Amino acid sequence: MAGSENKYKSDGSLAGAALEWVDARFPATSLWKEHLSEYYAPKNFNFWYFFGSLALLVLVLQIVTGIFLVMHFKPDASLNASGVPVAFASVEYIMRDVPWGWLVRYMHSTGASAFFVVVYLHMFRGLLYGSYRKPRELIWIFGLLIFLCLMGEAFFGYLLPWGQMSFWGAQVIVNLFSAIPVIGPDLSIWLRGDFVVGDATLNRFFSFHVIAMPLVLLGLVAAHIIALHEVGSNNPDGVEIKKHKDSNGIPLDGIPFHPYYTVKDIVGVVVFLIVFSAIVFFMPEFGGYFLEYNNFVPADPLKTPPHIAPVWYFTPFYSILRAVTSDFVPFLWLFLALVGWLCVRPSRLPLIVKLGYLGFVGAMFILLGVPAVLASWVGIKLTSILFVGLEAKFWGVVAMGGSVVIIGALPWLDHSPVKSIRYKGSLYKAILTVFVVAFFILGYLGVLAPTPMRTLVSQICSLIYFAFFLLMPWYSKIDKCKPEPERVTG
Amino acid sequence: MKKILTTLLFVPVLAFAGGAELHLDRAPNKRNDVAALQHGAKLFVNYCLNCHSASYMRYNRLQDIGLNDQQIKDNLLFTAEKVGEPMRIAMQQGDAKVWFGAAPPDLTIVARSRASAFGSGPDWLYTYLRSFYRDESRPTGWNNTVFENVGMPHALYELQGIQVKDEHGKLSLATPGKMTAEEYDTAIADLVAYMQYMGEPVSEFRKSLGAMVIAFLAVLLVFAYALKREFWKDIH
Repeated sequence: MAGSENKYKSDGSLAGAALEWVDARFPATSLWKEHLSEYYAPKNFNFWYFFGSLALLVLVLQIVTGIFLVMHFKPDASLNASGVPVAFASVEYIMRDVPWGWLVRYMHSTGASAFFVVVYLHMFRGLLYGSYRKPRELIWIFGLLIFLCLMGEAFFGYLLPWGQMSFWGAQVIVNLFSAIPVIGPDLSIWLRGDFVVGDATLNRFFSFHVIAMPLVLLGLVAAHIIALHEVGSNNPDGVEIKKHKDSNGIPLDGIPFHPYYTVKDIVGVVVFLIVFSAIVFFMPEFGGYFLEYNNFVPADPLKTPPHIAPVWYFTPFYSILRAVTSDFVPFLWLFLALVGWLCVRPSRLPLIVKLGYLGFVGAMFILLGVPAVLASWVGIKLTSILFVGLEAKFWGVVAMGGSVVIIGALPWLDHSPVKSIRYKGSLYKAILTVFVVAFFILGYLGVLAPTPMRTLVSQICSLIYFAFFLLMPWYSKIDKCKPEPERVTG
Repeated sequence: MKKILTTLLFVPVLAFAGGAELHLDRAPNKRNDVAALQHGAKLFVNYCLNCHSASYMRYNRLQDIGLNDQQIKDNLLFTAEKVGEPMRIAMQQGDAKVWFGAAPPDLTIVARSRASAFGSGPDWLYTYLRSFYRDESRPTGWNNTVFENVGMPHALYELQGIQVKDEHGKLSLATPGKMTAEEYDTAIADLVAYMQYMGEPVSEFRKSLGAMVIAFLAVLLVFAYALKREFWKDIH
């Protein structure tokens, strides 16, 4: 490695001289080394480690295709001469009259779903190998913020084609804010810019989708990668490669990201592109999941579709929202009191915080839960008992928000002596399996219209979802783990 | 295999649909039958494009189905002056609403929006256009078993004749039209094939391009994997 110092300076070529000139003014070579050629990544990355670079690829794909879509899309809800909203017609114009517009549009619409596929798999990788554990807490939190941003980006973008599902999906989600006590109704009008989703909403969502969200997203991605390169990558064994270094200070189990992982990721990229192309070229609607059939009908504020389902990537969280019915609220608080206590009790939090938690949850249960149960016995309508404005919908919104935010608490909830699932006990493996199954059931139910049975199942699955996180301090301690190896096992 | 996958894909949608079963006949696949598409275009322009527009579709796009500008101008150009214009209609939206109760929707992409768990968009159209029956209780005198209380009268009744519905919900031909039942089914299949084409004119080119793109990527994969192997051979 000693030679590499001179490599850029001494060859005397024009390119070498140019690089020297740049390096004297901008840290091009040192950035290249720090983040690629001398960034040492563990040599034992497996299948799950493709999805970070793929997420970056899809981000670039979305930005580039998005730039070209913006050149032809018109965020305008007014009707054209044929009585079709201009925005909707401009999407069909892209599909028909803009050269290659159909390809760019399908890449963008498939890219949205692909983004969530790779990000969910990327997050699950973190869950499998404990990548959120110290010292990678901030990487995890930046990652969660990226996920939140992505949800916003997808939500704002989905309104733009101005189809029936665009319109009514936005209507349902913006209306959720009206459940917030006191300021809710005004807040949702302020967000929409109108009393119903309309031209003002379309234009501001367009602005958020093409400017605000992508800017924040790029900043967060940079922070995510900078934080990663500061502490180094985790690996499927969950052991620190920096513990064993050679005489040059290079981790024995580390290999330079470039060229080793760049060439490996190219293989991943090509495989991804094959799957991606198969969808773009052969099934761009993906059976109504990537492009909902009803969204080929222009938005009509006077015609509510019989069934409004969000796109598949939102459905697990949407299910949690719908699971919180007024009969379920008392159970939720009882659950939080019991489970939360198991979580808080063994933690290192000060006693006052622990008691504060118990007091708060207990009070909520007594104030909201007990009257509700009593009321149901004597047959009074529950919503009239629960506080002003604090109806089930509000707690549903809180539960849905909480179900995303709680992911950020993982670094502090996991008390296992080992990071990777390879050395965790059968208890954790069983619990993780149940969690994944519950998550899939929630996702599946979120596509369907609710029935009493489905609501019950989604309530149980929601409790499992939260229990996975809230009980982690307890079960991660009692789980019988295997000893971690000293070095990575390949 | 593909069938199983498609079925699995539709399971959730089927499950929610619950009781409201809708049995659709499968539309014959004539997407690549140029004669059928041209016949369908003729039917569409003559029978549909008076109340319904197809405003995202330009007349000269019909070159896709083997017609030249002169043929389009001579035979199909009823609602526009130039072949580059879209298929608009003269009827005003407001008037249409008064006359029919609802303005007849634009039909350019109806073959895509009518897809559901019960069948593809063309299946729906193929069944719908063959399911009109006489119903004196309706303002137009027509009803439809696929689209209950539909606002549209049976625009093709002179071709099909008049169907009536018996107490079991079965349709039978009471008065024959210009066409036999077989001829009518073929005509509708052609019309639906045209509407499917119009819904996404690029679809066949898209698939043929896709095959080439994937073939290219498959070759690239071989080289990418060989490159990876070469670099990684020293890593143990």
